[in-house]
Amino acid sequence: MPSVCLYFQVHQPMRVRKYRVFDVGNSREYFNDRSGTSLDNKFIIEKVAKKSYLPANKVLLENIRRNPDFKVSFSISGLALEQFEEFAPEVISSFKELVDTGNVELLSETYYHSLASIYSKDEFLEQVKLHRKKLRDLFGVTPTVFRNTELVYNNEIAKLAEEMGYRGILAEGVDRILGWRSPTFVYKPSGTKNIKALLKHYKLSDDIAFRFGQKEWNEWPLTGDKFAEWISNYNGNGQVVNLFMDYETFGEHQWEDTGIFEFLRYLPEAILRNAGNDFLTVSEVLDKYDSVDTIDVPEYISWADTERDLSAWLSNDLQREALDSIYTLGKEISHVEDPDLLRDWRRLQTSDHFYYMCTKYWNDGDVHKYFSPYETPHEAFIAYMNVLHDMRLRLGEIKKNEIVGIPIRKLKPLRFSEV
Amino acid sequence: MFGWEFPPFNSGGLGVACEGMARALSIKGVDLSFVLPYKLPIKKNWCSIIFADETTSFKNMDDIVNMTSGYERGLKKDHLYHPVSKSTPKQNSIMGRVFKYARSAPSIAKGIEHSIIHSHDWLTYPAGIMAKSVSKKPLVAHIHATEFDRCGGENINKDIFEIEKEGFSKADMVVAVSGKTRKTVLEKYKIDPDKVRVVHNGVDFVDEKVDIHHDLEILKKYGASVVLFVGRITLQKGPDYFVALAQQVLKFEPKTFFVVSGSGDMEGSMISEVSRRGLTDHFIFCGFLRGLELRRVFKVADVFVMPSVSEPFGIVPLEAMLSDIPVLISKESGVSEVVSEVLKSHFWDVDDMTDKVVNILRHKKLKEHLSINGKREAQNINWGKAADSLLSIYNDLILTSS
Repeated sequence: MPSVCLYFQVHQPMRVRKYRVFDVGNSREYFNDRSGTSLDNKFIIEKVAKKSYLPANKVLLENIRRNPDFKVSFSISGLALEQFEEFAPEVISSFKELVDTGNVELLSETYYHSLASIYSKDEFLEQVKLHRKKLRDLFGVTPTVFRNTELVYNNEIAKLAEEMGYRGILAEGVDRILGWRSPTFVYKPSGTKNIKALLKHYKLSDDIAFRFGQKEWNEWPLTGDKFAEWISNYNGNGQVVNLFMDYETFGEHQWEDTGIFEFLRYLPEAILRNAGNDFLTVSEVLDKYDSVDTIDVPEYISWADTERDLSAWLSNDLQREALDSIYTLGKEISHVEDPDLLRDWRRLQTSDHFYYMCTKYWNDGDVHKYFSPYETPHEAFIAYMNVLHDMRLRLGEIKKNEIVGIPIRKLKPLRFSEV
Repeated sequence: MFGWEFPPFNSGGLGVACEGMARALSIKGVDLSFVLPYKLPIKKNWCSIIFADETTSFKNMDDIVNMTSGYERGLKKDHLYHPVSKSTPKQNSIMGRVFKYARSAPSIAKGIEHSIIHSHDWLTYPAGIMAKSVSKKPLVAHIHATEFDRCGGENINKDIFEIEKEGFSKADMVVAVSGKTRKTVLEKYKIDPDKVRVVHNGVDFVDEKVDIHHDLEILKKYGASVVLFVGRITLQKGPDYFVALAQQVLKFEPKTFFVVSGSGDMEGSMISEVSRRGLTDHFIFCGFLRGLELRRVFKVADVFVMPSVSEPFGIVPLEAMLSDIPVLISKESGVSEVVSEVLKSHFWDVDDMTDKVVNILRHKKLKEHLSINGKREAQNINWGKAADSLLSIYNDLILTSS
């Protein structure tokens, strides 16, 4: 009888090129590596579009046409959208096609996939608004459910989401928060009135996202029928199984030859075969189910690494230094109102930059290494700090012009009512 | 165990590695006799030291290092001016001394009961082979540096190459100090891959309070940064890249000094290159330092750079890491296979090295991160681990030979 809520995250950062000390003061091109390597944003977008986004969207569209009860939810970061528009516009149109079926719901997040929720409330709100505007412009929709970068969550963020008008928020189903409770119910965040939290079922999600292609896994190969059986096990003791994962799981993390696309193609049939099972989008889950209990999350949680905390971005001094530096710089940038500088500053807030600087388990061939385009965390830090140095020079230049009276056009602030 | 040099009478890393390895093996219970070619005032309570030639007497330290060194002044001059020849070795040439050493090996092998013969580098391979011919015990040929490493890949000495190749071929097991060195042994000497294992070197941690070298302390007071080069000043170590690096770094951080510890056949040309580029005011040459003296120089450094063109292993960066210094090493070094809390560049990529050095000098957090985590990492790369690997090799050999 349980509902299945499939939610996919689509995100691509703008990776900082090998920006050296020689470039400081000489080049403002921070993100334009064209080497055809993993630092080349254009190359990555084109590659992942071909391997993952386009074929996966095709499968989903066919699934919806074959099975009108199949539903999916997405969050697509503003940076990903922006890069699709530039390098792979066909990805935008294929997402439009999906949204237009009415079976696909889009969620809100920060445009820049940033950690602003931790560092600056004003900036956080601004980036959520920017993202809403982008979704409205591209897809003509306005989300009612919020998901924060990498599912970074605590009581405060839930409250902020409620203040912004959202009726739902996603979070990781962390064991230490849930205790004996199951992630297969809807919860009320502590200290909020109406907003509801949907918690990721990390075990079943990771069975697809991480373990699907692992031949040494004792459940390999994972078939749709087997997975549907695991879902049906919640019949009577759970309401909704939240399967949250990176969309790149399909075709990029799990390659086509693992059979991941066939799995996705067959999944709706397999799940719907059991009477009473259904697929719901996130807001349909909120409509259908009431919260059963309160979850109290004073400390930050996230969906990253086994720790499921902030340590993927904030566990060493390099990461702290980089994050402190970028938000310290922001205090001044918000005063000068230079659109280019502001945009670059925001692009540098993307959580991935700090993820690449993470040193825990680097040697164990861990996921950080898999995802990083840099040879080492130290190189990620060096390129990033060189860019910040250049940003400070630009800021100094702009301030000097302000003093001599060259007028700078004011940026019009966005209002929630407008987006 | 046949060695050639031994601290403090060493000219380079070979002696240091031999001592560290021998001591760790002794601690693990190996009854070890360490053989050296000449009589030297060395006594160790953890192993017996045997001198092949009991009669030698040396006038002074320089004399000793000259005589025992297989790498520095002695050899390089032979290389350049008197081609070493195996067929007619001059009595006092390096080749003459190597074979004189070998001739004494059989009687040493007869005199000491042993189950393994372990030889270090080509200088001692003939001795090892001779000993094996007498005792029929398994021979381990340890390779710390090949002729290709010493010559930067070109103009190798054919005779030395032949001795190395014979040593590898006649040995029951070849132990290389890095994966990179193993690759050279396989590719250039065509040795059976099953016979060549990698045992990375280690480093001994000396926990002691060291004060800054007084001559350099004044630099610190002046608020200057110090970039350090330690090693023989030879082609292999990339001193010219260090000078080029200095020139670039000074464009960004003009209050930087470059301290060079070491000596070698390129010392003169390095000094003139420094002056040609107008960097004399920013360079300090302090000669070959060892032990406490070296650690006092480490204390003052903000970053240690090893731009080696070719480095089979390279223990000095590990020593620098133990002294809390951030380290930049070339990707061409064997030690880069075992460390990750360091920065790495290609030796020829002066721009990349500049970027890294300048960032260490500019970012206190990066400097701290590397020094704290680097030290922790280096403490785990110890001779005990190397000795465990050697012991398992010894045991395998003893099992198969009996």
